[in-house]
Formats: sequence, C-alpha cells, structure tokens
Amino acid sequence: MEDRLILGDQSFSSRLLTGTGKFASKDLIAPMLEASGSELITVALRRVDPKARAQDNILAKILDSVTLLPNTSGARTAREAVRIARISRAAGCGDFIKIEVITDMQFLLPDNHQTLEATNILAKEGFIVLPDVMPDITIARQLHDAGASAVMPLGSPIGSNQGLEMAAMIQRIIDTSRLPVIVDAGIGRPSQAACAMEMGADGVLVNTAIATAQDTALAGQAFALAVKAGRMAYISKLGDQSATARDSSPLTGFLRG
Amino acid sequence: MSFMQLADEYQTFDFQGYFASVTPEAVGASLARAGQMNCLDHRDLLNLLSPAATDFLEPMAQKASALAVQYFGRTIGLYAPLYISDFCINHCTYCGFNSKTDFPRTRLSLEQIEQEAKAVSGLGIRHILVLTGEAPAKTPLDYLEKAVALLTRYFSSVALELFPMDEDDYGRLNKAGADSLTVYQEVYERDLYREVHPKGPKSDYAFRLLTPERGARAGFRALNIGTLFGIGDPRSEAFMAGLHARFLERAFPYVEVSLSLPRMTRADGGIAPKNLHSDTGFVQTMLAWRLFMPRVGINVSTRESAAFRDQLIHLGATRYSAGSKTDVGGYSVPSNPGLEQETTVQFEITDTRSVDDVACMIRAAGCQPVFKDWEIF
Ligand code: SF4
Repeated sequence: MEDRLILGDQSFSSRLLTGTGKFASKDLIAPMLEASGSELITVALRRVDPKARAQDNILAKILDSVTLLPNTSGARTAREAVRIARISRAAGCGDFIKIEVITDMQFLLPDNHQTLEATNILAKEGFIVLPDVMPDITIARQLHDAGASAVMPLGSPIGSNQGLEMAAMIQRIIDTSRLPVIVDAGIGRPSQAACAMEMGADGVLVNTAIATAQDTALAGQAFALAVKAGRMAYISKLGDQSATARDSSPLTGFLRG
Repeated sequence: MSFMQLADEYQTFDFQGYFASVTPEAVGASLARAGQMNCLDHRDLLNLLSPAATDFLEPMAQKASALAVQYFGRTIGLYAPLYISDFCINHCTYCGFNSKTDFPRTRLSLEQIEQEAKAVSGLGIRHILVLTGEAPAKTPLDYLEKAVALLTRYFSSVALELFPMDEDDYGRLNKAGADSLTVYQEVYERDLYREVHPKGPKSDYAFRLLTPERGARAGFRALNIGTLFGIGDPRSEAFMAGLHARFLERAFPYVEVSLSLPRMTRADGGIAPKNLHSDTGFVQTMLAWRLFMPRVGINVSTRESAAFRDQLIHLGATRYSAGSKTDVGGYSVPSNPGLEQETTVQFEITDTRSVDDVACMIRAAGCQPVFKDWEIF
C-alpha cells in the first residue's frame, strides 16, 4: 500500500523530517540524509550566508533529492517571519516555509498568535506553510482556515529532548485536525518518535537528538526505523488497551454461538 | 521591578561568610538538581561558585557540557570587535583609554569605518561588535547612527558596546540596524565601583546597572552583560552577573541573554588587576552559569590565550571573538588613509590567531564555526 505524507502539492515517502542547526560539521548532514532517507530538511535562513565560501555554505551540503524546508528561526513577530519567508523564496529556497515565531527565549516556546498571523499572509502568497505551535486544538483549526499545509505542535521545548511532554494535547489535535500533524521539537529518542507515530501523527521532525549524537548517520537511521515502525503500528490499528485482563479466548464466547 | 532592588539586597549580603559555610553535600545537592531551566535558585548558584565546589569541577563540566550541546548543538558562533573611537572622558582606573592616559586619540571617519568593515568582512566575519570610549561630544548620536547604518551593509548583525544611553537614543540606534547591546557592569560591588570609577559619567552606578533594561525596552533583541574579573571578588561578582542575567531573562523573555567573562590583562596605562581570577576560577564561573541558566550564551574573547580557549569549547562556551584588533583602525592600518600613526589598544589580545585559524581549531575540536547566526530582517 502506498502511504505517503502529503504537504501542499508535494508528497513524501519518508515521514521523518530533519534539521541542520546543531551539527558538529556541515559535512555530516549529507551522510545523515542518506542513512535516514529523510526527504525534508529544515534550515534556519538566518544561518544562510549567500556570500559564504563553499565549505561554509550550508545549502551546498544538502542532497539534491531532498526538499528544503527553510525556517524563520530568529523571528519575534509575524512581520519578521513574513519577511524571512519572502527572502527565502527570493533566494531560491523554494515555496516551503516552517514558521517559527518565538517570543520566549528561555524555553523557546512558539507564539501562536504571531504564528497564525504570519500563516495567514504567507499561505495567500502561495507558500506551503508548516507552522510550529504550542499544542492547542483551536490554533490547529485556525491554521487550517488560514491555509496552512500542516500543523506542527511541539512535543516539549525545543532542544529539551524531553519527548512527548504535551502528549495529551497533541492527541487531541491529531483526533480533530484536518491538517497533517507533524510533531516538532523535544523528541530525544527513537522510542518517542515511534510513540508519536503510533498516536497517529503524520510525521515527526527531529533535530537535536540526531545532530548531537556521536554517530549522526546511525542516529538518523534509528529515527527513520522508529518512525516507520510507529506508522505501521498506527495503520495496523493495534488492539486497544484495557485496565483489566482480557483472555484471548473469552470464557463466555460459547453463549453467542 | 528593576534589577536595582536585587542588587541592593545583595550589597549587604555576607558573601564570604556564605561561601565559607558551603559544604560538599550542599554542592552535590545543587549539582544533582541541575539539568533543566530554572531548576536552580540563587543559593544553588552560590553553592556552585563556592570554594567547596572546586572539588566538583569535573562532574559540573560533564553536566554543563551536555547542556550546552543540547541547547546550542556542537556549534560556536564567531564575531569580531571593531573600535571606531578611543576618545573617552571617563577615569576608569583599569583601562588604557582612560582620559588621563596621554596618547594620540583617533575617531574614524565614515570612510575609514568602511575600510575597516571591508577588511573584517573579508575575513568571513558576519557579526560585528562596535566599540567606542565614552565621549558623546566626539561620537554623537548621529555619527553613531550613520556608522551603524553603514555597517549593516557589510554585516548581518551589528552589536553595540558603547556608553550607556537613554531609551530613546538606543531606539534610534536599533532603528538604524543595531540588533544587540553589550554593557558590562565591570564591578557590582558598589564601593569598589566608586573607587575604580572616580570621575566621569561612568561613576553613576545606577545608570550603568539599569542600562541593559533600557536596551531591552528600546528593542534590542540580544543583551550581553558581564563583570570585569580582576576588580572585585571573583566569586561574588560572578554571582551578581549570573543573577543579573537571570533577571533579564525573566523580565524580557523575548530577549536573548548572554554573559561574558572578560579578565583583566595588562592594558597600556592601566592598573594591575588586584583580584586575579585564576583559570580554575574562570572555568568554575562558566560551569556554574551554564548549570544555573542552560540557555544563556557564553562569550569568550581573545583576551584569553589560544591554549585556554581551545579547552573552553568543551565547557559550554557558545561564542568566540576571532582575529580581534582592539585598537582603532586596527584591521585596515596601514592601507587606511590617515591611520598611519601608531594606535593604542584598549586591552592586550592573547589569542592572536587569524579568523581562519580559530575556525580550524573549532572544527578540530569537533564543533562547527558559525559565521552567521542572525540577519537584520
Ligand atoms: S573602560 Fe570604557 S569608559 Fe572606562 S576609560 Fe576605558 S573606554 Fe573609557
């Protein structure tokens, strides 16, 4: 069965999105992409230096087969995010944009209000908008109406590796959202990525955990496998949980016979 | 509430008594709790800065280093300072630019600043820190505004280390394109502050102390603060700077806060440091700050030696200056017309490696040098 992640007018076979921000060297990015099969990678536009020498140019390290997901990291307002997105498109980085508007520098938590405002503007301009948000079903609905192509609730604060701290809220978004749900931020282990996928997330974005691993390519592969396993588990509609024991051959089955 | 209330509270605190009373158990308990945002309080910071904590440097380093990797990745940002004027009306007893020091002073013209900007940006540097002494008559606001606007053409981020200003003036410089502000209190202990700043506008302790708050209100997106180690007691000064940084983090959640730990070196005309901060003390300070504030940036300047800086990469530093010149026109002399004369440095640089060499060292240490990490959008 073909099971693809659809974002805007594009489709992807991998549901693992990756990042570029924290690698010890840009040269580690291509091998990680190859090992993980990730087809979408986010790049902070604030780090892109068009005047940089080739060895320092981050865009040169990304495989041609992979789609660039520029992000607006550093933006504190919707206005700044919109400007960054426009610069990104003008610089040839494509139509995808991950909106990050952060007004809390301690925990790096997104500002839903500013994010919605930026989404409204950019979706109208034809961008494929993937907004980072605090998990909240109302914002997920509003983002859908604003023309977003996915909603990206955070699992826990960026870089915290604390996993799915917000699991209950994310589950509600998954249950109600008409947009693909990609869990972004906080995923520190493959088991947590698998868990998000089992819950029904359409994808996960993992940056810190892969970029700061000793072996980044192997970590990328581990996350890719976990995402696949979690997705398969979700599609297979695993049996539900029960607080009490259930015998696989019910004792009263004969009464229905 | 401003930081003044907290600063006042701690003016009468018996730091030495407290530090002497800290037990290894108390240090161990603070260290065990460290690991998340805001999980350590003021007492924990004091414990981690105490003499008893020097026996815990390795476990502190392990935890601090892991936190830095978690929040900043294996990356080190690079920047360079650019001195545009060495005129100064202050009498800071520790500084080579002190108004009583007799040397031919220089203020760069806009053309000369452009020469400097070309020279520094040619090195690959995209983040510049603009510095002047305090002489508003020589470097008035409109001159500074023009300088900032010019520098934005060459650099993606322009930071200021000028003299304390009011909110409106900072607002104008922010509008002109400057995005971050550095201001060191130099020394938090009030009596000592008075002693080393006998004359000039800088002798106003309160005005200086509240400068970062005015900067945040004026729109700067990043604040860098610190204390100049060598003047006051290093442990209590490190504590006050840490407290100040946490105050700013909480009061201005949208601002990125970072700390610097400049140590006094011999500057022309300056006094010898009276409270030397040892290498061990320096490292302990960095680690304690990182554990207290996992997200805070920590800047290390070229005042420190190359060998020492190489080691600090693994201990939670996040930004390095590189290829620095601390004299006015230092990057473009002798090709910059009118700058043939010998200039005076504000402080002596110990790590004299080129930008490329520093970047190579960062790569060899298993990290990525980041030349550009912000853009004035
Ligand atoms: S430290 Fe600054 S204010 Fe003081 S004398 Fe030196 S340049 Fe002037």
